Amino acid sequence: MKNENIIQYIYGIADNALILGQRLSELCGHGPSLETDIALTNMALDLLGQTRSYYQYAAQLMADGKTEDDIAFLRIEREYKNVLLVEQPNKHFGYVITRQFFYDVFHLLLLQELQNSKDEILSAVAKKAIKEVSYHQRFSSDWVKRLGDGTKESHQKVQDAVDDLWKFTDELFHMTQDDMLAVESEIGVDISLLKEKYYQRINKVLEEATLTTPETKWFQKGGKQGIHSEHMGYLLSDLQYMQRTYPNMEW
Amino acid sequence: MKNNWPLWEVFVRSKNGLEHRHFGSLHAADEEMALENARDVYTRRNEGVSIWVVQSKHIKASNPENNGELFEPAQDKVYRHPTFYTLPDEVKHM
Repeated sequence: MKNENIIQYIYGIADNALILGQRLSELCGHGPSLETDIALTNMALDLLGQTRSYYQYAAQLMADGKTEDDIAFLRIEREYKNVLLVEQPNKHFGYVITRQFFYDVFHLLLLQELQNSKDEILSAVAKKAIKEVSYHQRFSSDWVKRLGDGTKESHQKVQDAVDDLWKFTDELFHMTQDDMLAVESEIGVDISLLKEKYYQRINKVLEEATLTTPETKWFQKGGKQGIHSEHMGYLLSDLQYMQRTYPNMEW
Repeated sequence: MKNNWPLWEVFVRSKNGLEHRHFGSLHAADEEMALENARDVYTRRNEGVSIWVVQSKHIKASNPENNGELFEPAQDKVYRHPTFYTLPDEVKHM
């Protein structure tokens, strides 16, 4: 597998962590309570930490002087390979939790396989991240149950979020050409095999939360090819503002 | 929503072998949430290996007004401290 393809494969994993981390960090200081505010910000930091490990590795593979910062801040929208799910906006707390839950369950399944990668660095990053993401999944699952099985209003809000975000779940298992190459050379994960387990876990929690699993068979995809929803441009303008306005600035 | 959540006291054990100490308090709707919140609020800088949470209402506290009768009688009883004989070096943690 060529470095070029490995880099694209890394983006397919790392960009999810970056963009979801960015979404969560937008909530810093705006959480519904001090405790949940800190919890969401903690998860944002976990995800950014993981992103750094992946991007540092990608920069090393590029070997052209580019750094993790170039990768994070100076690509154009089409070059980000995150799924549509993680770029969806923070509508309300129930929406944030549902988005997180839908991603966490996938994320943990992915990392549990990625730790067996023949690529030592990817395997090491996955091993470290598993502990963080196990907690994310526990946190978001508990909250889905709490809100779903909570008041009439919280139930309705989280059910609406489930209905709205459901169409983005199928893309998680979409195999790009780089995914297939990575599977062939045994450094990547065959994510299409995770699908059954994913929906089992999701449905179990939804059931406990007294929520209804949507029946729609219509799913949206595109993010993994770099074709994003209208929200992505706004997110990136926030994310990239400092580096675009003051090139090469450092803390 | 936070107004409806009860208050919890958080106790964290810093290292194996040391006791749990009071770290502070927080709001949470149930035990699980209290534990998760405690983890996020009080142990994110690697402070702990174990957490206890208990609802504040379950703690019976002494009344400061009674401090005189409760604590002052002990102030002039120096003979209750083991300071009137020398301890061998082998005896630790006294």
